[in-house]
Parts: sequence; structure tokens; C-alpha cells
Amino acid sequence: MHAYLKLDHIDKTFTRGNATTEVLKEINLTIEKGEYVSIIGHSGCGKSTLLNIVAGLTGATTGGVLLENREVNSPGPDRAVVFQNHSLLPWLTVYENVKLGVDKVFASTKTRAERDAWVMHNLNLVQMAHAREKRPSEISGGMKQRVGIARALAMEPKVLLLDEPFGALDALTRAHLQDSVMALHQKLGNTILMITHDVDEAVLLSDRIVMMTNGPSARIGEVLEVPLTRPRKRLELATNPAYLKCRQRVLEFLYERHRFVEAA
Amino acid sequence: MTMPAIKAEATAVAIPSTSPATAAPVVTMTPKQAPRAEKYVKMAKEAAVRVVPPLIVLALLMLFWELVCRRTGSTLPPPSKVFKDTKELILDPFFDNGGIDKGLFWHLSASLQRVAYGYSIAAIVGIALGTLVGQSVWAMRGLDPLFQVLRTIPPLAWLPLSLAAFRDGQPSAIFVIFITSVWPIIINTAVGIRNIPQDYRNVAAVVQLNPLEFFSKIMIPAAAPYIFTGLRIGIGLSWLAIVAAEMLIGGVGIGFFIWDAWNSSHISEIILALFYVGIIGFVLDRLIAGLAKIVTRGTALN
Repeated sequence: MHAYLKLDHIDKTFTRGNATTEVLKEINLTIEKGEYVSIIGHSGCGKSTLLNIVAGLTGATTGGVLLENREVNSPGPDRAVVFQNHSLLPWLTVYENVKLGVDKVFASTKTRAERDAWVMHNLNLVQMAHAREKRPSEISGGMKQRVGIARALAMEPKVLLLDEPFGALDALTRAHLQDSVMALHQKLGNTILMITHDVDEAVLLSDRIVMMTNGPSARIGEVLEVPLTRPRKRLELATNPAYLKCRQRVLEFLYERHRFVEAA
Repeated sequence: MTMPAIKAEATAVAIPSTSPATAAPVVTMTPKQAPRAEKYVKMAKEAAVRVVPPLIVLALLMLFWELVCRRTGSTLPPPSKVFKDTKELILDPFFDNGGIDKGLFWHLSASLQRVAYGYSIAAIVGIALGTLVGQSVWAMRGLDPLFQVLRTIPPLAWLPLSLAAFRDGQPSAIFVIFITSVWPIIINTAVGIRNIPQDYRNVAAVVQLNPLEFFSKIMIPAAAPYIFTGLRIGIGLSWLAIVAAEMLIGGVGIGFFIWDAWNSSHISEIILALFYVGIIGFVLDRLIAGLAKIVTRGTALN
């Protein structure tokens, strides 16, 4: 089988003193090139841990991640992450934040001028070229996240990992950014793995939605194909039966079969 | 905050009063000049608010001091006598009659030079050790208890030991400055490094920065606010230590100048020297604070 990205029998346990918590159990998932896959689940189900494992920031206890049939277990620019809280370095300008990755990834393959042009190209993609000399503290939350996306895209990742990228934004900004990400995906054909807890966001953006059961020992409960053609239009989808059906399926999964148990 | 309001007011008032009678150029001139004048008045006001109260307090203190020390038999000279006695020292700080008979400028610059050497070494060593302790759990476990004990040793207690080791006043004084100011730099740097958000480390990991790049591009800027807190405490401590150390090692330096003045019963000279020591300590502190403000621009925010 020729999977582009393969999560192979991933288990993850955290050990703290004598207590061992099993967070993830038997996660198997294959993602094709160019596919947009969302992982949805209640908070605390380990979906962020799963993304960190794919990113290489956390090690899996057993099992592993294969990218183009090669095991990846340390972080690298081929799996660039857009972090939930943008994680821009506050002492660098917008331009420098993007350049940090570009300079490392293309150190030997691009000249200085080419790297500069590449940074600007990516800032243009997310419509942030105008703020190139601004510092993160001087731009809005949505703009910061745009820069975060540009930074990740500029590394030309094989897989783009989005960790609840719109979670900290207000509804209007979120919708705007979702449209931007859809347009970028359409234009560049990236393979994207996104963590989310927003049902509408998952259905709108994804080709497939991976629904996770509640932790501890979270598993993949169900995988839903979203049979909607691209490009998708937010307004038209609101009344689209296929869209509503998908939405219904995810809601049923999350709120009937795997209702969030308040563990406290 | 109030600037735009003032400007708007000025324009609003200026236009109706000039436009009916005079030609266009005058209309454009008036609103331009009015805010500028207002700006200077405002700046002067702000300066006055800051400068006038301390001046009043200072004048009152001087008056009190003058009244208390004016009586015959007073052990300390009043300010008028201090000024009269030290007029030559104040007016000519650059004389040099050889030996230790030099103007205050030379004494102060000798002290500052020692501080510059000792403090520079302390800054380099402190940031390096602080980074090590902040980054490595084992270095922290091994070194931190040692630091916590060593940092409580008073600066001057190191002086005999360093004199024994170096057998010379100059390196001993520099060593005392170093050992005094290095601890707050180490401890604050370590705290700063330990407090680097995991997010920044993740970014560095994804970008695959090597350890050297991680140090210069993430660690130092991220910990800069903490490092500068340490540096600022350090410069204060080293200026405290140098005066005391110089009293003991002798030679040219403001500390020995004070001690020498005491031995020759020139109380007024002591008072003048203390005034200079205070001013320079203040300026050193402001310098580091200003440097911090420039370097950590953007970091302290957010």
C-alpha cells in the first residue's frame, strides 16, 4: 500500500511516578497526498498529543509515523506545525519570523535574494506582506495566525499540521481564516492534518473527519468521508443536504455515543 | 492621549477666527503653528512636574542641614562650608600632581575602569553559567546549592583571599567586583532560560535550529528581560563593592579618596565624594536600564 503519511499502531502512555495513564491506543490512519484530514474529539482526548507525535515533538510509546514510507520520529520542517497560539517570536518582525524557517530549510538551495523573495511570496499568500516590519504584539490575533501559517507554508512541508489553528479567534475572524486556508489548500495542494473541536469547521474544510473517542485510552472511533466537491462555499453549504448529513453524523458521534464525561 | 484633542481644539478655534478676514495661506499657517507651541508648553510642563518636586525637597533638606550643622561645635560641616572647602576639587577635577594627589575625575575613572573590567567578566561568565544552570537539570542540581551559599558571602570577605591569590591590588579589586555582581546575573539568567515557553522550543525544534542557533536566536532574546534584571542588580552591587574594596587596597580610586580624606580629616571632601558616588551609581543603573529597554524591545511586551 502506498500511503503518503501513515500513523502505524500508535500507543501513547504517560508515566508520572507510579501512575501510568494511557492516552492513545491503537491509532491507525493513512493519509493520501493532497488530502485534508481533520481530527475531532472532546478536549482531553489526546488529539493534540497525536498531532505532537506526528510532528515529532512527542515520542510515541509504541508504533510510529511513516512519511513517504520512511519513519519520522524527530521534529522537522517536512511536518511544519501551525500552533494554536501562533507561537510567533515576539522579538522578531513578521518578516523575520517567517525568514527564520526559510533560512534554515533553504540554506543551501536558495540564494539570499531568492530566500527573501520566497518569504515575501508566502507573506503575500496569506495577505500579510503589508505588515512585514511589524512585531507580533502590533498585529491582531487573526493576523498572527496568518503569519503562523505563512511560516509553516514557507518551509514547504510535506504535511502541514494545524493544531486548533482557529481556536483562539473570534467567530468572524475564524470564518475568514478558514476561507483563506481552503483557498490555499486549493491552490497549493498541501497535505493537511488538522486538529479541531469545531464540527462546522471540520466538515467545511476536510476530505475526511477522524472522530476520536474520549480518553483515557482514546481510539479512532469513526472516520467520515465528506463527499462535498471543492471549491466549497460557506453560504451554499448551509442548505446542502450532504453537508448537513455529515454535520449530523459528527454531532451524533460526539454528543450521543461519546458524550464528554466531566472527569474531575 | 490628550494631544489629538488639543490639536483639534486649536484648529477649530483658529479657522473661524482667521478665515473670514484673511487669505488662504494664513488659514493654513495658524493651525500648523498652534499645536507646536502647545507641544512645547506641554513638554515644559511635564518636565517641570518631574523636576520641581525633587528640587524643592533638596532645597529643604539643604536648609535643614545648614541649620543643624551651622552651630559651633558641630561635628559635620554645613553645605555652605562643604562648597567652600571643596570648590577647587569641584572646579578642577582634572589636576594631576602625581601619586594619589589627583583630581576627582581621575579617581572616579580609575574606579569605573575596575568596575568595567570586573562587571564585564561577570556579565559574560554569569550569562554563560546561568544558561547552563537554566538549561540542564543536572547542572542546576549540582551548582545551584553552591551558588546559593557563595552568593551570601559579603564582597569584602573575598578581598583577603583574592589579595593572597593575586598578590596585587588591581586584580584583587576586579575580582571582588566580579564575584559580587556575578550571582544575580547567574540566577536571573537561569530563571529566564527556565521560563522560556515550550512553544518557542517547539518552533525551534520544527525549524531544526542547531544548539548554537537556538542559543543566539531563541534563548538569549527570550530570556533577555530576566538577564537584564540580573545585569541591573549586578551593576548596582559592583558599584557598592568597589568603594569598599578601594578603601582597603589603596591607590587611585574614589574609595581610597574617601578613606584618605577621612585620615586627613577633610570631611567636606568626603561629602563631595559621596555625592559623586551616588550620582554615578544612579547613572550606571540608568544606563543598564536604558540598554535593556533598547535590547528587549518587543520582548517585554506580548
